[in-house]
Amino acid sequence: MRVLYGLAALLLGLLLWQLLVWITGTPHFILPSPLRVAQAAYASRALILEHATVTATEVVLGLILGTILGAITAIQLASSQWAQRLLLPILVFTQAVPVFALAPILTLWFGYGMASKIVMAVLIIYFPVTSAFHDGLTRVDSGLLDLARTMGATRWQVMRRIRIPHALPSLGTGLRLAAVYAPIGAVIGEWVGASKGLGYLMLLANGRVKIDLMFASLIALALLTVVLHKLVAILADHLSAYASGSSLQKGLGPKK
Amino acid sequence: MTPPPAITLQGSYTLGDTRLFGPLSVHLPAGQWTCLLGPSGVGKSTILRLILDLSTGGQFTGSVQADDGQPLPDRISYMAQSDLLLPWLTVLENTVLGARLRGETPDMDRARHLLTRVGLEAHQTKTLAALSGGMRQRAALARALIEDRPVVLLDEPFSALDAGTRADMQELAAEVLQDKTVLLVTHDPAEATRLGHQILLLSPDEATVWAPPPTPPIRALQDPATLACQAELLAHLRGQVR
Repeated sequence: MRVLYGLAALLLGLLLWQLLVWITGTPHFILPSPLRVAQAAYASRALILEHATVTATEVVLGLILGTILGAITAIQLASSQWAQRLLLPILVFTQAVPVFALAPILTLWFGYGMASKIVMAVLIIYFPVTSAFHDGLTRVDSGLLDLARTMGATRWQVMRRIRIPHALPSLGTGLRLAAVYAPIGAVIGEWVGASKGLGYLMLLANGRVKIDLMFASLIALALLTVVLHKLVAILADHLSAYASGSSLQKGLGPKK
Repeated sequence: MTPPPAITLQGSYTLGDTRLFGPLSVHLPAGQWTCLLGPSGVGKSTILRLILDLSTGGQFTGSVQADDGQPLPDRISYMAQSDLLLPWLTVLENTVLGARLRGETPDMDRARHLLTRVGLEAHQTKTLAALSGGMRQRAALARALIEDRPVVLLDEPFSALDAGTRADMQELAAEVLQDKTVLLVTHDPAEATRLGHQILLLSPDEATVWAPPPTPPIRALQDPATLACQAELLAHLRGQVR
């Protein structure tokens, strides 16, 4: 049923787009019709796929690296008071610097290849992941921490066996945000300086007034983001299910 | 294991500008059960937390001492009012949490044995979502019992259990915790008169010793002296509330 509604919404969107083109009579080099875009997409499918693969790789690597870095930072912040007092203000301050403004510098430092785009994606998702996970790590029921203390728990064991599992749903929330932000980072990086990727292809098509190809690239980028977001949402759901114990329950016979 | 110590708490406790209790003295005899009763909010749980050296949010002036002079906190097993079980672990894994948190290899056989004793043998591999409130409390009891420490502090451990299970769990706890120094916080005069070597009534000004029934615990539910003591205690508590 949901798939049907999704398809209906897509058709409606395409219809409105087509109507807009018909009614306003906009020339195709300003707003191409959906059909033209589809034709362009089909004709340049190999080209789009090649550049989409580059962007997807940048985004996925950025997402993985950013998540690892963010998770490590969050654990570090949550496990020591001085780290929290010292690093948290720095972290918040770095968020005042727009990442987009850093793009030229990153291109200068990391070159025109994938590296600078991956760094962009990492930078843009690092904070949401860190802050969401840190939030979960520090919002543990104080009764639990008291109990752990009476049991003679070590700091690291409390982190590993109580705080981290408890914070997994929060990490999932951070990851959902990251999945939307990471492609933005990669594309900005590609706009500033690249020879591959969907962002580069869009600029290239724009420069050659191939607006239909530009739209096709845009749609490919949107599809990429949607798929990524769905995959990350599934992962986040699994993290939440684990923390609430319901994944175990499924694995171990019928629910009561 | 070293013999269980006697514990004495002396002092007064203030929360902001208000005095909660004291100066008073609470003495827990070595190897015996002390049942602590008193109206809600008088500071029964606070006394437990002070003995455990946990933060309380107020100001305690006084001392908590074991008669052997050794430090206390690492010799105490604690069961709080809420079960504090971890939802992502099975009942069995929750039971051995203490060992896991200390980075030790848990004694799974002992855990299974205790779970059988609390009537959860069929639920070992289940998660908490599948358990009733009473079952959760029994799992928490098993987790407290497995710690095998000379001092045990129990904060209303049997409050969520139905009457039959409660009587069973009281007997189990009395047996497993025999010869340990136990402090049991309870609201139930029947529980106090059944289990206590010593019964203490806490008020803001003092901790009064209430004479327990003449027989040693654990006392039979239908024992006339115990029932009489329970009735007197209840009458006294009702008078206190009014």
